[in-house]
Amino acid sequence: MHAISSQPAAHQTHTLSVLVDNESGVLARVIGLFSGRGYNIDSLTVAEVDREGGRSRINLVTTGTPMVIEQIKAQLDRLVPVHRVADLTIQGPHVAREMALVKVVATGENRVESLRIADSFRARVVDTHIGSFVFELTGAAEKIDAFIDLMRPLGMAEVSRTGIAAIARGAATI
Amino acid sequence: MTTEKPQSGAEILLRALKDQGVDVIFGYPGGAVLPIYDALFQQNAIRHILVRHEQAAVHAAEGYARSTGRVGVVLVTSGPGATNAVTGLLDALMDSIPLVCLTGQVPTHLIGNDAFQEADTTGITRQATKHNYLVKRSEDLARVVHDAFYVARSGRPGPVVVDLPKDILINPAPYAPPANTPHRSYRPVTDPDPAAIAKAIRALKAAKRPIVYSGGGVINAGPEASALLTEFVQTTGFPCTSTLMGLGAFPAADPHFLGMLGMHGTYEANLTMHDCDVLLNIGARFDDRVTGRLNAFSPGSIKIHADIDPSNINKNVAVDIPIVGDATRTLRALLAAWKADGASQDKPALAAWWKQIDAWRAKDSLKFTQKMAPGSIIKPQYAVQRLYDITRATGRDTFISTEVGQHQMWAAQYFRFEKPNRWMTSGGLGTMGYGLPAAMGVQIAHPDALVIDIAGEASILMNIQEMGTLAQYRLPVKIFILNNEYMGMVRQWQELLHGARYSESYSAALPDFVKLAESFHATGLRATTVDQLDDVIHRMLACPGPVIADIAVDQKENCFPMIPSGAAHNEMILGPEHADRAAAVTDEGMVLV
Repeated sequence: MHAISSQPAAHQTHTLSVLVDNESGVLARVIGLFSGRGYNIDSLTVAEVDREGGRSRINLVTTGTPMVIEQIKAQLDRLVPVHRVADLTIQGPHVAREMALVKVVATGENRVESLRIADSFRARVVDTHIGSFVFELTGAAEKIDAFIDLMRPLGMAEVSRTGIAAIARGAATI
Repeated sequence: MTTEKPQSGAEILLRALKDQGVDVIFGYPGGAVLPIYDALFQQNAIRHILVRHEQAAVHAAEGYARSTGRVGVVLVTSGPGATNAVTGLLDALMDSIPLVCLTGQVPTHLIGNDAFQEADTTGITRQATKHNYLVKRSEDLARVVHDAFYVARSGRPGPVVVDLPKDILINPAPYAPPANTPHRSYRPVTDPDPAAIAKAIRALKAAKRPIVYSGGGVINAGPEASALLTEFVQTTGFPCTSTLMGLGAFPAADPHFLGMLGMHGTYEANLTMHDCDVLLNIGARFDDRVTGRLNAFSPGSIKIHADIDPSNINKNVAVDIPIVGDATRTLRALLAAWKADGASQDKPALAAWWKQIDAWRAKDSLKFTQKMAPGSIIKPQYAVQRLYDITRATGRDTFISTEVGQHQMWAAQYFRFEKPNRWMTSGGLGTMGYGLPAAMGVQIAHPDALVIDIAGEASILMNIQEMGTLAQYRLPVKIFILNNEYMGMVRQWQELLHGARYSESYSAALPDFVKLAESFHATGLRATTVDQLDDVIHRMLACPGPVIADIAVDQKENCFPMIPSGAAHNEMILGPEHADRAAAVTDEGMVLV
C-alpha cells in the first residue's frame, strides 16, 4: 500500500490495461465509472483481442493522486465483466504506441517542408492530392505531439488519433 | 428418452428462480411482463406480493433480504415500472443488499425505437446496480438468471437487474441448471491474507487504547460473523462501536458496547474513536457520517480495515493494515491468531483506557428530560424508549424498520438490538419512504414476528400507498409515527446552520392518520400527551392487524449528540446548551451535506 500523507499528493499518470468480456455495455460501465466518480481519462482505446474467448482489451491512461489511482484500479477490478486490471506503469517497462492521421493542406514551400518533416519522423503518406497530404504516424504519444506541433504552422487542417495501445516488455503477460 | 414440451421464456425464468430457492417475489404487473404473470398464475411454488408502487417492491425485497440473509426478488414492467424501481436499486447498492430485479422490456425488434413504455433500463440502472443484463437471446436466459443471483449474493452483495424483452419471455427457451463451475470473471477474494492477519494481531496485541468499529458487512456475512465478532470483543476485552448499518451485530446489552458512532453517535463512541491508538474496522467503509472531518478523524491511530470490497480500502481514510476478505472468515482468522499468539496484552493500559471510556460514558450523552405530569408533551426520545421497553417486555422477536430523518436517529439511539438482521434502515442513500415497504418485506419473511416501522410524519407519506398492501396480505405491521409536523432533520439543520429560517420544512396539511389507517382497513391510534403513550403502545402491540400509531411529539426537539458538518469527533454538540457551536461551522463545513 502507498504511504498516504495528509498533504495534497502529487498527480501521477498511469497506463492501465483492462481485460474484459466483449459484451454490450462493458465500455459504458468503464466510462460511467470514470465520469461518475470524477476520474480523468487522458486516453482510451478498446478492441477485441480474443475472438474465441470473447475478450476485449481496454487501454487507459489516467491521472490522479496515488490514492485515486489505487481507487480506479479497485473500482475497475470489481466490475463483473472485468477479468484483469494491469497497471503497466507500476509493473515495469512497457511499450505504449499510438497512431495518428494528420491532414496538411498546403502548397509551395510549406508542402515541401511538411513532406521533409514527415520523412524525418518516418511518417507515411497515405493520401496525396495537389493541395494536401494525409500522413500516417505511429509512435509514442510524445512523438505524435511533436509531429503535430511542427505540422500546425505548415497548414495542418485535421488530426485523428487512436489513443494508445500498450503492452509490457519481456515475457510477462496480462 | 423423454420429450419435454418446450417451455416459454417466462416458464424457464420461473424454473430458474425456483432452482435459486426463491419463494416470494415483490412486484407490479404491466404489458411487458404479462407472460411472467401468466406463468406465475399457473404455479404455486412462488408467491407474488402485489405492491402499490414499484419503489416499494424494491424496498420490500430489501427488507426481506436484510432480515433473512437471502436474495430479495423484484418483478416490474418496462419503462415507468423500471424507472420507479431505480431509487430502491440505488438504496440497495449503497447498503449492499442482495437483490435480483427482473424488469420487462419491449420486444427485441423494437428496442431503440421509442416504443410504448420503452426505457433504456440497462443504461439507466448501470450506475444504480452492482451489475445488469439485457437478455437478447433465448438460449442465454437461464444462464443469465443464475449468473444474476450469483453476482447479487457474492462478495459485497448488491442489486442486479435482468432486463427481459417480451419476445424472450414468449418464445421457447432451453433450460440450464445453475453451473457448478467458477464464474468466468467475478471471483471476489473471501479468504483473508494470513500475513495481514498476523500484522493486525501484532498491532492489536500491542494496543493500549484499542477500538473495534463494526459495520453492515458483519451483518451481510451472516449470523456466524456476529457471533464471532462478539466472541472476539469478549476475548480481547476491547470496546466496540457500530455504524448505523451494523447495529445488532454486537449485542447492545454487552458492557463492551459503546453505542453507535458518528454524526449522531454517543459521546463515548466518538471520543474513543478519536483518542484510540489501534482501530479495527470490520465491514464498515469510513462513511462521511462516521468520520466527520477526515483530517481530524482518529488522528494518530494505527488503522486496520477488513472489508470484502477492495475498493473500500483507502477510499476515504488511508489505512495501515488492509485485510480483504469475508467478515466471517476474517473474524475467525483473527480469533484463532489472537489465541495462538504468544504475546500478552497490555492489560493495565486497557484497564486505564476503560476508566477513561467510563468517564466519557458518565456524561450520559443520550440523556433527555421528559416531564411526566399528565398533559405533558411527549419527547420523541421517550416515545422510542417506551416502545423499546414495552416491546422487550413482550419477549417477542422484534424487527424494526425506519424511514429517514430525526426519528431514524432516535430509533438507532434508543432502540437496542441484541441480534443481527433485526434492524432495517436506509443508511447510505437515506431514502425517505423506505420503512413501510421494508417492514412489509420483513413481515412476509417472518409472519409471526413483531415488525414495527418507526416513522416520521413526512417520510411515511412517501410510500403511504403501501397501506393497501398491508391490508391485502393481512400484514400486521405497526407504524409508529413520531409526528412533529416538520421534516425534522431539515428543520434541525435550518435551526442550527441557516438562522432558523424554516424554508419549506413544515409538514402542512397533514392527513388525519387515524382516519387514514381506518380507510385502509387498519387500526388508527393517537397519543398527544405523555400519559396516553404507554396505553397506545400496548394497544398497538395487542392489535392483531396493521396499526398506525400517531404520536404527537415535541416539535422543537433536536437530535443530539451531533457532530456538526466539517467538525471532528471531539467537537460534538451534546445538547441545546452547545448549539452555538454549530454557528461556528466553517464555510467548508457548510457545503457538506
